[in-house]
Amino acid sequence: MTTTKPSGAVGAHNAKVMNRFELTKRLVALLKHEEAVIGGIGNANFDLWASGQRPQNFYMLGSMGLAIPIALGVAIAQPRRHVIALEGDGSLLMQLGCLATVADRAPKNLTMIVWDNGIYQITGGQPTASATAADLVAIARSAGIANSAWAADEADFDRLTASALKGGGPSLIAARIDNKPGTATTDRDPVQIRERFMRGLGVKGQG
Amino acid sequence: MTESQTRAATWYDIILATLKANDVKLVVYVPDRVFTPLIKGIHADPFFTTFAATREEEALGIITGAWMGGMRGAVLMQTSGFGTIPNALASLVVPSQIPALIFVSERGTLGEFNLGQALVLKTMRPVLNSLAVENITITRQDELEFIVDRSIKQAVATQAPVTFILSPLLTGGKVFAA
Repeated sequence: MTTTKPSGAVGAHNAKVMNRFELTKRLVALLKHEEAVIGGIGNANFDLWASGQRPQNFYMLGSMGLAIPIALGVAIAQPRRHVIALEGDGSLLMQLGCLATVADRAPKNLTMIVWDNGIYQITGGQPTASATAADLVAIARSAGIANSAWAADEADFDRLTASALKGGGPSLIAARIDNKPGTATTDRDPVQIRERFMRGLGVKGQG
Repeated sequence: MTESQTRAATWYDIILATLKANDVKLVVYVPDRVFTPLIKGIHADPFFTTFAATREEEALGIITGAWMGGMRGAVLMQTSGFGTIPNALASLVVPSQIPALIFVSERGTLGEFNLGQALVLKTMRPVLNSLAVENITITRQDELEFIVDRSIKQAVATQAPVTFILSPLLTGGKVFAA
């Protein structure tokens, strides 16, 4: 019996190391019902921006760690719309408690996608705890998100995402990713981003 | 307010009714002893969606998302919890122009027994003022409905957050159980 320490990105031993921009494009290709996407600060956002600026995308410019809470709020306000949060491993580690809150509320229309490259990429590549010890999927499961899984490869990511978008309950999909930087950078105007998003969600008129 | 017609209105009846009158459906809190009767009342009223967040900044994130999705939200916290939210205010709520309704039960003054609460309180108004976040200290029940009602309307109309600081003069506060 092996007693290898089950560890984070390493613990996802069968998961292929993929590319965030590639997976973001795959995600967007699966969105057919004006689903809302909340991009976490940094590269999660940058690749979301580069994948096409859908009016239902919200790009978080600060408040590291709050992509999932923001997505939960949107999901509560609009229960008929599916909402997806994109977070990095460092961001999620900053706000792990939100997983317990999501599990407690159990919104059917919320999917959380975690890009795990084991580093705080945007600040210079310092290692996160998920590189050595923490398994983010195991943490999510233990927080009560039963539907949590590592994506084994691109096809598995597509399958998990399509399944999550059916809306059976909150789900978390984690993907091991490489350390390629984001593909573009977002605009930096929070009011415009928020305004566009609210119009994209039909909360404000299109005028 | 049928229940409150049969007894003297309390500060928490008034806040609950004023939130309702202004269509504030979502209330996310990090628990506080002083807020207990308000939280209990909100849980008991099916008009509200209400639950605890694990941190105050998480609560702010949730009501920010809800506002963008078309639902008004409020957060409840105690003074020490305020110490966790300056970044969420400065990098999300204020620059995105979110009318977050923030209720803080004021600890750290008028009989505080915990030095930590007293020190966090010293930071609270300076932080709010430096971010130009409207903040109103409420000491009198006869002014409570007017202040909360008008300020919610102002927050929504001007797309700006507002902080209601509920003084122990209003709530009785929390006292040291000697």
